[in-house]
Amino acid sequence: MSYEKQTPSQTVGPFFSYGLTPQQYDYDYSDLATGDLVADGIQGEAINLIGTIYNGDGQELRHAIIESWQADSMGRYAKMGLMETFSGFARVGTGRGEDPRYRIRTVKPGRVDQRQAPHIALTLFSRGLMHHVYTRLYFSDEEEANEKDPLLQRLPAHRRQTLIAKRVEAENVIFYQFDIHMQGNQETVFLEF
Amino acid sequence: MESFTPKDSDSHPPLIHPPYKSSITRSPTEEPIIVPQTITELTGPKFNPSILPEDSYDLTNNSRNSGEPIGERLIVAGRVLDENGVPISGVMVEIWQANSAGKYTDREDQHHAAVDPNFLGAGRTITDEDGWYRFITIRPGAYPWGNHANAWRPHHIHFSILGKNIMTRLVTQMYFEGDPLLPFDPIYNAAPDDARTRLIAAFSLDLTEQGFALGYRWDIVIRGPKATPFED
Ligand SMILES: [Fe+3]
Repeated sequence: MSYEKQTPSQTVGPFFSYGLTPQQYDYDYSDLATGDLVADGIQGEAINLIGTIYNGDGQELRHAIIESWQADSMGRYAKMGLMETFSGFARVGTGRGEDPRYRIRTVKPGRVDQRQAPHIALTLFSRGLMHHVYTRLYFSDEEEANEKDPLLQRLPAHRRQTLIAKRVEAENVIFYQFDIHMQGNQETVFLEF
Repeated sequence: MESFTPKDSDSHPPLIHPPYKSSITRSPTEEPIIVPQTITELTGPKFNPSILPEDSYDLTNNSRNSGEPIGERLIVAGRVLDENGVPISGVMVEIWQANSAGKYTDREDQHHAAVDPNFLGAGRTITDEDGWYRFITIRPGAYPWGNHANAWRPHHIHFSILGKNIMTRLVTQMYFEGDPLLPFDPIYNAAPDDARTRLIAAFSLDLTEQGFALGYRWDIVIRGPKATPFED
């Protein structure tokens, strides 16, 4: 039984930058979370998530924000009171320049349980989106674990690839490329729970 | 494992709402895939109140350069509840808004209205043990936008809510009782008929402080634990 009804979602709008991602956009206000989760002493493989978000016309999305939530390299989610350890939470905008992309520096997460492949939860907000959307990033070099992942298995084969980030190594820096397509024949799988 | 109530489709706007033009190409067309709630969804970032500067909740004070910001001072307060009516403590509430002239601090805002050097227009707080948040701010001005001819956004404050886990995430906008622009706003009106009035803050004499600021009350309801045990 519910007694109260949910408050409707509304779009984040175009002018969130100084409130939600102020330091990235050079405003004089503190960040709640940044796009860099790799502090000194954090264990695990440092990686960079990078991607472009495309609208239905194939245009790159400015005015978008990604929040990521993940476990540490041992598969543990951060708990309250352990803020000095890996926070697992990043927030970045796609920027407003010629090359609107999100970039998150983090560590590759471990497995959080016996069944799921390593993954990072992504939440996306943008002007034009009346409600945020959820998706998940999986890793291209985890083929065996991905084969057995219950969420990936649930998806039609032709759409499963939209959740798999491609590993690229360049000069000892590890990138995972994960573009998001809001619409079209490559439309990313969005999730509800 | 505990599970949470789903997103209530009767409460939220559809993703594609053609009167709001930019929703047409920026929102998914496929139905979302419904998946079980795992530890990933049942957890989320937590914030210690000590990370916030003391005046973080006071937008009339947190960004002064030379004096008081211009405009009508407001106190905006309410509780964050779940659908069972249970107040939620420890919720991070972030707001951002236009100044009294309807101008955002954001450099991309092209409205030719004055910037207020004493008003950034952003604040944060964390709900107390009874689920209350409280901000002191300035009444935001209405502003024009390019969606359709003579389009003006109603007076509003943007809200971001980070609750117990990533499923309870909410980004929304709070409007003001009696605003004549509400019937014309496609964003407000994208919310279902019965639901949209839940976006409106009510004037409150109880929250109003003598000689200081007008009070507005606005409660926020987010997803909560299911009352019955989860079966799977
Ligand atoms: Fe706005």
